[in-house]
Amino acid sequence: MQGIRDRVAIVGMGCTNFGEHWDKSPEDLMIDACYEAFEDAKIEPTDIQAAWFASWVSGWSGGRLANALKFQYIPITRVENFCSGGTDAFRNACYAVAAGIYDVVLACGVEKLKDHKGGFPLYIPAPFDSSKVEVDLMPVSHFALFATSYFRRYGLTPEEGKLTLAKIVVKNHHNGSISPKAHLQREVTVEQVLNAPVVSWPLGLFDCCGISDGAAAAIITRADIAKRFRDDYVLVKGLAQVSGAGQSQLHSDFDFTYFPENVAAAKIAYAEAGIKHPRNEIDIAILHDCFSSTELITYEDLGFSPRGRAKEDVDAGTFTLEGELPVNTDGGLKCFGHPISASGLRMIYEVYKQMQGKAGPRQLKKVDIGMIHNLGGVPGCFSVAVAVFGRRD
Amino acid sequence: MVGITSYGAYIPLHRLSREAIGRGLRGEKAVANFDEDSITMSVAAALDCLNGIDRQRIDGVFFASTTSPYKEKECATTVAVACDLRRDIITADFANTLKSGTAALRSAVDAVKAGSAKQVLVTAADCRIGAIGSSFEQNCGDGAAALLIGDSDVAVEVEASHSICNEMFDVWRADRDTYIRSWEDRFGLSEGYLKAVCEAVTGVLRKCDLTPQDFAKVVVYAPDPRRPVELARKLGFDSRTGLQDPFLDSMGNTGTPYPLMLLVAALEEAKPGERILLASYGNGSDAFVLRATEHIENIRDRRGMKRHLESKRGFADYKTYLRWRGLTTIEESPSFPLGDISAPPLWREQSKNLSLHGSKCKVCGTIQYPPQRVCTKCYAKDQFEELRLSDKGGTIATFSADHVSSPVDTPIVITMIDFNGGGRMQCLMTDRVFEEVQVGMPVEMSFRRLFYRDGICNYFWKSVPVRA
Repeated sequence: MQGIRDRVAIVGMGCTNFGEHWDKSPEDLMIDACYEAFEDAKIEPTDIQAAWFASWVSGWSGGRLANALKFQYIPITRVENFCSGGTDAFRNACYAVAAGIYDVVLACGVEKLKDHKGGFPLYIPAPFDSSKVEVDLMPVSHFALFATSYFRRYGLTPEEGKLTLAKIVVKNHHNGSISPKAHLQREVTVEQVLNAPVVSWPLGLFDCCGISDGAAAAIITRADIAKRFRDDYVLVKGLAQVSGAGQSQLHSDFDFTYFPENVAAAKIAYAEAGIKHPRNEIDIAILHDCFSSTELITYEDLGFSPRGRAKEDVDAGTFTLEGELPVNTDGGLKCFGHPISASGLRMIYEVYKQMQGKAGPRQLKKVDIGMIHNLGGVPGCFSVAVAVFGRRD
Repeated sequence: MVGITSYGAYIPLHRLSREAIGRGLRGEKAVANFDEDSITMSVAAALDCLNGIDRQRIDGVFFASTTSPYKEKECATTVAVACDLRRDIITADFANTLKSGTAALRSAVDAVKAGSAKQVLVTAADCRIGAIGSSFEQNCGDGAAALLIGDSDVAVEVEASHSICNEMFDVWRADRDTYIRSWEDRFGLSEGYLKAVCEAVTGVLRKCDLTPQDFAKVVVYAPDPRRPVELARKLGFDSRTGLQDPFLDSMGNTGTPYPLMLLVAALEEAKPGERILLASYGNGSDAFVLRATEHIENIRDRRGMKRHLESKRGFADYKTYLRWRGLTTIEESPSFPLGDISAPPLWREQSKNLSLHGSKCKVCGTIQYPPQRVCTKCYAKDQFEELRLSDKGGTIATFSADHVSSPVDTPIVITMIDFNGGGRMQCLMTDRVFEEVQVGMPVEMSFRRLFYRDGICNYFWKSVPVRA
């Protein structure tokens, strides 16, 4: 098994502003993201040999992308994997290049959530339950189950737990405030976060990410020819995706204090990338903060903090822009926004720009190794994707 | 000997203070929660009745109500599947009059006497809606009763019955009506209630050659507090015969199940050998002569009426009541679109959804919900047996509470339940006080209406705090 490490590279990326694009269609967003990527890679749309298109509810089949961009009879695969769809489209595109089938491919993710009342047009557990008796609630209620359990397991009162989460929210809002393409661009205080209305106990309004429209795209090529496109290409070091098989509901001994899918995916990606000490080796992590508690727990799942100790790292400022391991430098899902299938590629966009030194006021000093993490679905059946990137040697 | 071999009742947890309906009104009435209806309350009463009973030996289910959720679609089948009964049984719905509960009782007795069934479960429930400002709104309460009829270990022998049919418009509701209609009550009470019930009772006494003095208690449908007293006096019952308390101030007139619920209350007090007179009312009357046997002492372990009456949560919010009954308009969105409801999955998955069956792996013993063909622990394929979880009870493993999605039951509590003995399921929690919900809290399962869409009521189980 050869793995993906150093075999493919990103040579161009695009990302629309995320937010409420009342005046734009999914096609508009796809065109804007893809043309930015084409221009960034200095290629023409006709150079694209194949594409992977991620959409949850904003476009079925590859034809939607082909029609928008007028691709002339090239293969396009539509990818759907809940909130990890964007990263999974990217992963499959990388594999096709690594397999030697194509030299230049496109991965594009789009979501137009604000065309749907409430933002979420699908019954979330529908793929698992066609008789519609499973809990038909907002994602926040699924994730809040973990927050309740985590607080209890590690002896945090709801007040202490919510204070820790508020610090994560304040950090992400700060990063969002200096992220020009982010949906939410203002600072908030701990007090504002704590005083916000409860959405799903124990999580409040500010613990939830933005529901947004947006698209992002990446141009992928072989590592050995990447230099033809640009000098500052970004190498793919590791790719992983895992799907849960209902374990957290079927196994009564599961305690809802972590995401087993996170742990499994990170292990695979780290092994492929040769990462042994993630906290020391990773310079930037863009992870899936659909809710502040998800970010807290994911610090531990990805090996950044010991079990039950993420609070100490939050208190110490470990994950701020100035900290030891900056997380969600672009504002995260919290502030950049979360158009489902675009989010994975948006995360890659931030790592890519940081590695090229183009992150403006958010620019980190040293960005040699970066990673992104996506998690989507319902407890027991999460799809988690992790990707690790490195600057060219 | 044919008669009642077990009894059960159900009174919803919530009691609406009548003061909330109109200033100066006395007492409270039992009110079904927003997710309860005549089917769910029937199931609750049936499960109370079936406590300690072998469910595989029941040969029929009769469901009686004037508030069936469907005009065409049997409810008894839903009750039978929720109670996890056999498939080769007789089911029937009795409807359209408040005496349909006793009609079902008499039919069950006749079936067992005729030998066509050994045990028949009779359930009756109602959730009647009186027009805003009407006396029905003040008096109607919600509830259910269940009686198991059989011919062995009979706890209450049915010695005789007598029925009167009386065509009249005193209380009625047309196909297209939301609310109950009535003619001037003096007409219905004098020409309907008093005459028909007297006629039925006189008839049954004559059949058995009994006199009022032979009875320890009279259980009779009560249209108001005064009329049963007047009726008993007219029939020749004196003060030595107890008249069953109609619980009008604490529960209300529950309609179809009302005489049967009052009977359950009487049976809770009955001693072996005592005779009880039972009479219903509604387009006539069914009267029964009942006699308790020594087996009555063996079926005391029921929530019945007494414990259900004591276990309650009062509220005085009329707006909440209107919302629960669907009498106010609620903004439709932003709610989650559930997609089309589909009949084949509802049919295919009824043992999972309605009977609440999990699977138990025959190889490693792991209990799993929903049932799995491939074991989650040992990966054995198709090596499992189905296992009923609805009567297991459990504890809350973790929970969350949605404060924004629904204007009806805020916050919606989502629980992960670990069943006693193994197995876990995620479900909504109802009849709870959010502030009291915590990890480790003991719960039991309750059959509820999940939602109504496209003409289909989707039923499922929810967790509830263990009811005292």
